[in-house]
Amino acid sequence: MTLFNSRKLPAPVQNRPSGAYKTSRWRMFLLPFSVFLGALFTWYFLVRFNVFPSYAMPGPGAVASSFVEDFKSGSLLNDIVASLWRVAVGFVISAVLGIPAGLWLGQHLTGRQAFLPMLNFFRFLSPLAWIPFAILWFHIGDKPAVFLIFMATFFPLALATMSAVATIPAIYFRVAKDYNYKGVELLTKVTFPAVLPQVITALRVSYGIAWVVIVAAEMVGCQDGLGYGIWEARNGLRLDSAACYMVVIGLLGMGIDRFLLQFSKLPNVRWGYER
Amino acid sequence: MYAGDMKDKIQNSRLTLQDVSLSFGTMPVLQNLSLSVNSGEFAVIVGPSGCGKTTILNLLSGHIQPGSGAIHREGVIRTVYQKDGLFPWLTVSQNISMGLRSVSDAQQREEELQSLFELIHLEDFKNHYPHELSGGMRQRVELARALAGNSDILLMDEPFSALDYQTRLRMRYELVRLLEKRPRTVIFVTHDIEEAAQLADRVLVLSKRPATILKELEITASKPRGLTDGEVVKAMKEILEELGILREIVV
Repeated sequence: MTLFNSRKLPAPVQNRPSGAYKTSRWRMFLLPFSVFLGALFTWYFLVRFNVFPSYAMPGPGAVASSFVEDFKSGSLLNDIVASLWRVAVGFVISAVLGIPAGLWLGQHLTGRQAFLPMLNFFRFLSPLAWIPFAILWFHIGDKPAVFLIFMATFFPLALATMSAVATIPAIYFRVAKDYNYKGVELLTKVTFPAVLPQVITALRVSYGIAWVVIVAAEMVGCQDGLGYGIWEARNGLRLDSAACYMVVIGLLGMGIDRFLLQFSKLPNVRWGYER
Repeated sequence: MYAGDMKDKIQNSRLTLQDVSLSFGTMPVLQNLSLSVNSGEFAVIVGPSGCGKTTILNLLSGHIQPGSGAIHREGVIRTVYQKDGLFPWLTVSQNISMGLRSVSDAQQREEELQSLFELIHLEDFKNHYPHELSGGMRQRVELARALAGNSDILLMDEPFSALDYQTRLRMRYELVRLLEKRPRTVIFVTHDIEEAAQLADRVLVLSKRPATILKELEITASKPRGLTDGEVVKAMKEILEELGILREIVV
């Protein structure tokens, strides 16, 4: 199976007039942009009419200035890279271990019966509860944050993959048997592609969790990163800088989610989203 | 010479159930059922809903084992399912190629694939995915996959029942045409009496559960058969009578 197939999807079945299509595209851009502008104006007026004291609520202008300042000093870029690195490492370790674990558990009833209660237990345990242990075990730096990302994403990923495998229609395995797929080939050419759409969705959800957790993790165990940046800004009462970091975190999260969304548009997984 | 290995002649194949009984829990499904399907024969199994038609196919394919009795299989068996038998993550071409996995020579495989595409008239859909095809197209692809390579026996589990009536009619002719080019031994399960009468060399009418064979009906008219052909109408009437449906309708 080729994961990255360059073949374009066929045109939509309905013969939609091109004018209507353009309008739809325009609305896709215009509607969220209007909401964004509305939020920006609300923010501006909240500050303008001093709903909160100015030290507690910086305005859009102050945040923009802070962005320029943090960008020029290089601290913002450094914190972005640090956070992205930690999330990437923790997330990759989690995916490399969690997806195969889920594949195995999905295929073995005894394994499921043995491990499911424990997996559920850890899934419901907030990853933030591990912060004191993470610091004691891994001290400061990247390791505690990576550990927390792993703890936050491994269990949902493994469970989602396991559940996807357990619900693969039996007919696929019957067809596989008819055509002599066995062992590793059965796993890589039938089981894995059959759950890939659900695994991609699980990856997107887990990534969201990772991005939320990294901010909290960096507030206590790191010397740099976006979470650390917010913490530092709070200590210096620079809420304009904190808000700037918050905007960056949100935008980066959206951007990476858009990237992961592209995987769900691959031709060989589209079937999983169109039924 | 893969083209020669493409089974355009009936090879030796045989399927036999001998005094087979099977129960699901305490519910008996089959009771001392014996049937034998000869090489190149098109046998159709009809019977009331839930009588165990699909169970017989599952036994023949080896997906389930009988409680008692013996099953003999000679030849490579492929199943055509009612729906969703294609792998949705593979293109049409990749799905059909599954049937050619035993062919080691890449060029022979490619030639055979091309020949199968010509056979089912779907050359323009090679790189499409199953969800981009109509129901009839998907069943044609599944048929091509089952006919590919070294298969001898086709087990067909209500393969056209998920299609609309007009497509079903067309698919019956399509199946006859494909089997003319590539003869196989076929065991075809259906609840559609018309389908049985148009396609079968022999119809096996099953009783209610636990299933036994009520009647075996040979149909010798040449194929393809029209819906209103005398022998088809006569066979349909006989099957309906055997199932007790004709009597119910008349009453």
